Parts: sequence; structure tokens; C-alpha cells
Amino acid sequence: MNTVLVILALATLGTAAVAMSLRNLLHSVLLLTATWAGVAAFYLWAGAEFVAFAQLLVYVGAISMAVLFAVLLTRHSRDDVAAPPAARSRGVYAAAAGAAVAGVLLAAVSLAPLATAPARAPAVSVRQLGGELMGAHAASLLAVAVLLTVALVGAVVLAAGGPPEKPGDTP
Amino acid sequence: MRLLATTDSSLLERAPVLLRDALSGLLPPPARWTANALIEIVAILAVFGTLFAFLTLAERKILGRVQNRPGPNRTGWFGLLQPFADGIKMLTKEDIVPHAADPVLHYLAPVALIAFSLLTFSVIPYGRDLLAVRMDASVLFFFAAGSATELSVFMAGWSSHNKYSLFAAMRALAQLISYELPLLLSVVPVVLAAGTLSTAGVVAAQSGWKWGLVPHWHVFTPWGAAGFAIFMVSALAESNRSPFDLPEAESELIAGHLTEYSGFKYALFFMAEYFGMCALSGMAVTLFLGGWQAPLPALEFVPSYAWFALKLLALIAGFMWVRATLPRLRIDQLTRLAWKFLVPLALINLGTAAFWSLTYPWGGSLQLLRWAVALALVMGPFLLLGRRLSAGLGARTYRYA
Repeated sequence: MNTVLVILALATLGTAAVAMSLRNLLHSVLLLTATWAGVAAFYLWAGAEFVAFAQLLVYVGAISMAVLFAVLLTRHSRDDVAAPPAARSRGVYAAAAGAAVAGVLLAAVSLAPLATAPARAPAVSVRQLGGELMGAHAASLLAVAVLLTVALVGAVVLAAGGPPEKPGDTP
Repeated sequence: MRLLATTDSSLLERAPVLLRDALSGLLPPPARWTANALIEIVAILAVFGTLFAFLTLAERKILGRVQNRPGPNRTGWFGLLQPFADGIKMLTKEDIVPHAADPVLHYLAPVALIAFSLLTFSVIPYGRDLLAVRMDASVLFFFAAGSATELSVFMAGWSSHNKYSLFAAMRALAQLISYELPLLLSVVPVVLAAGTLSTAGVVAAQSGWKWGLVPHWHVFTPWGAAGFAIFMVSALAESNRSPFDLPEAESELIAGHLTEYSGFKYALFFMAEYFGMCALSGMAVTLFLGGWQAPLPALEFVPSYAWFALKLLALIAGFMWVRATLPRLRIDQLTRLAWKFLVPLALINLGTAAFWSLTYPWGGSLQLLRWAVALALVMGPFLLLGRRLSAGLGARTYRYA
């Protein structure tokens, strides 16, 4: 079983590392999507079926599209997607920011009271998961839903801001 | 991966599973699990590959007859060998990659597309004992695997290094993303009513007959009929079929994001389109038309996979009939139909389904009230939204035609 985990980990981390080192932004995005798919495969390996498919649906299906559109809409021409080598100062800033994030994450992980895993994984059905989400965690679910709805309404308001269409435009 | 033959069913019903067990029984026990999985994969590939070949022929024949011409009739009897001639032609054609194209992505796009569309076949129950992968969340898996096809459409459009291909890919993405929403929303009531996310569970929830005559299929409830209609319209759009085939629009856009593809890679895109149509039709059969269940108790002696095949082929024939009948939509009409009509209707349909399952214990004359309220909840918004959608759009006048 552990060989599978090692292969998954290598694939996930490898695609993430290559994604960071590439000059072509679109290639990086596609490799990042592969990383997300690797995370989904890890969830599947760990027996969290529902989370794995949700990860696939949300990250590989939707977030990747959002990132791709963001890259395409912020470039002036298609040759612009390959970023030129940056100045040394930018590299220093990037390293500092990366180190800070890594430090925060490491501190959080090392300080969190992680219980050692029980010998057997609990078998959780989708029905139980739904019951938990709608019962004990209903408040957080609602908060996330409200946040996403506000974001959606905001996007609609931004998109609908143009001048009204002339009646002759739509035959 | 555990296909256990139920003992009380007929020999014909158990035949596929018995055949598989006989084949894998030749191997030592540790290898049997892998052998079973491989046999199932080969069976799915063989069945749907053959179905794809003959569906292309059937489509050309049907379209031909509708347009008052014979269709392919030169290769073999009634043109039956035409798919094989097409296959040989596709394999021997030159594979052209544009000079400035991104070769890796250009190669990966059709491969990723076909891989993800094949994944969706693994969770459809084709018969009482015929389900390749039994999972708790298989409905979610179906749509998760299907949503990855958008990525390959983008890869195809961008890697071609052709601005028209990129525009077409963006248009195709707008369509796929818009119609994924009503597609998923029309499935949620089924999950609500069946109380499970597994395809086998959804089929089991539709078993039995009312008064020994009307099957308990979801399509025979008000919310089920509305959900089925929304699902089928969205499925037409998700599989790029006419009247929503404007990503390809071979007569106007030279096949959109596929312009720079030729030879077998183009054939793979074509194949993925048919596979997508088959998978979505199979899902519609599973979710709304009772899956492999027989329509009448007296007809249960017919093997369950035959019923599934019959329903699947009927839905695909419907797809072809629609293609022969309806003209293509424009992109603004297409997105308006999704966002202003199908999405609100699907959301209201969720409420109807909730009402339907809350009023389950109602009996007697209250049953009539239940039907009346549910039908009003389905028909009222449909009529109101439909009127609003077509408001201000009078009959089209053709000035130069």
C-alpha cells in the first residue's frame, strides 16, 4: 500500500515543482491542475471518496478554469504568457514570501494537537457525511454558502454594469 | 468490482457474469480480481466502441432519410461496412501539427478528453449484476470525471496557435460551463428522492409498480418529468449536439476548436463526443427511466441489460431526431436559455421534489391535491419564464432571404 502513497506523493509534488519552474504560465496552470488531481487521488487512496470527487469536481473542473481565464484575460498577447526571467530583487522577495508562508504553515502543523491515527480508518458513508454537514456543521456550511452567494452576486453586478443594449441589437 | 450473480435470476440474466467468472477462473486465485477488472474494461471498450461505429452509420442513415436522400449505401449491404471504411481512412490520414503549435498540449488534448469520457462508463449500472465499479458516491464521480473534459477543450483551442480556435474554445467553454449547472441541478432532486449518491441505489429506489402497472420510475412524477426534460436539454448542450452544436458548427466555423486537428486525433474528438452522448444517455436512463428495470412485471423475463440497451438506444435515437429537426442556436440565445430559463427552473424543481417527498404519506383525496400542487409548481414557472424568455422577440423577418 505504501508504494501507492509514495507514487502519488511523488506525482503530486513533482508536478507542483515543475509547475513552479516553468516559464510558460499556461503550462504551469495545467500542471497545477495535475497536482490537484494528485491530491484527489490521495484522498481516494485514504478512503475519503466523497472528498476526492468533490476535489476533482471543484478544483480540476472549476478552479482550473477560473485560473486559466485569469491568465488569459490579464495577458496582452499570447506570446506574453511566457514570463521573462525576473530581476534578482523579485526573486529575493518571492523567496522571502515563500519562506514566510512555509514558516506559518510549519508552525501551524507542528503546534496543532494532531491525534495519532487509529489503527483502522473509520468507514464513513456519504449519508453520514451529509448528516454531519447538515447537523453539527450547519452554521459553517451556511457561512460558506452566504460568502459564495455574495461573491456570485458581486460578479453579476460587475458583469452587468455596461450600457443598456440598443433594441436593434437583438433580432 | 464485486459482481455477484444473484441466484434467483434466469441463466440469460447471469450469462455475462458467468462468462467473466469462467474466463477468470482459468487463472490462479490471486490474479482473479485483476483479471475480472480487465475483462470488464475490455467489455466496456468493445461494446461502446462497436456502438460508436454503428451509431455514426445510423446517424448518417437517419439524417439521410430525413433529408430525403439514401445516406451511405455503397460499402457493404446497406452501407454496413461504412464505419470500418471510415476508420481505415482516419488511421491512414496524415496527422498535421501546425508549425507554431504547442506539440505536447496538442497531442494531450484528445487523449485527456477520451480518457475522461471513458471513465464515466465505469459507474453506470448496465444490468442487475453489471456494474463495473460500485461506489458510495458514483453519481458525483460521473459528473466529476465529466467536468474534466472542459480542460481538454481549452487545451485543444489554445495549443493550436490559431486565434479562431482559441475563440471557439472560449465559446465552447462558455457553453459547457453554463449547461453544467442545470445538468447538476436537475440531478439533485433525484439524489434527494432516492436518498443515495450511488447509481445502483438510485436504480433500486425506482423498483416496483403502482397497481402492478405503472413503474416507480422518477420520470412518472411531476418533478421527475421536469428534471428529465432539463437533464436532456442540458445533455444535448454538454455533448455538443445539435441544436447546441455551435462549438463545432462545421458549416460555419470549420469545426471551431478542432480546426487544426486532422486524422486520428480528430477521430478521437469525434469518438469522445459520441461517448459523451452515450454516457449522458445512460445516466438519464439510470436516474429517471428506472435503469435496467423492466416497464411491466410480466416483462421481467427479458434480461435486465436488454432493457437498459433498449432505453439507451431510444434516447440516442431521440438525440438524432432532434439533430435532424432543429436549427442551430446563436451563442447569446444559448446562454440566455441556460441562465434565465433552465437554471431557475431546475432550482424550483428542487423545491417541487422536496414538497413531493415531504407529502409522501398523503393518501386518498390528498393525493390529488399533492399531484395538483406539484404540477402547478412545475408548469407555472415554466410558462411564466418561457413567456419572459421570448418577450420582445417577435417572429423573425428575413429581409434578404
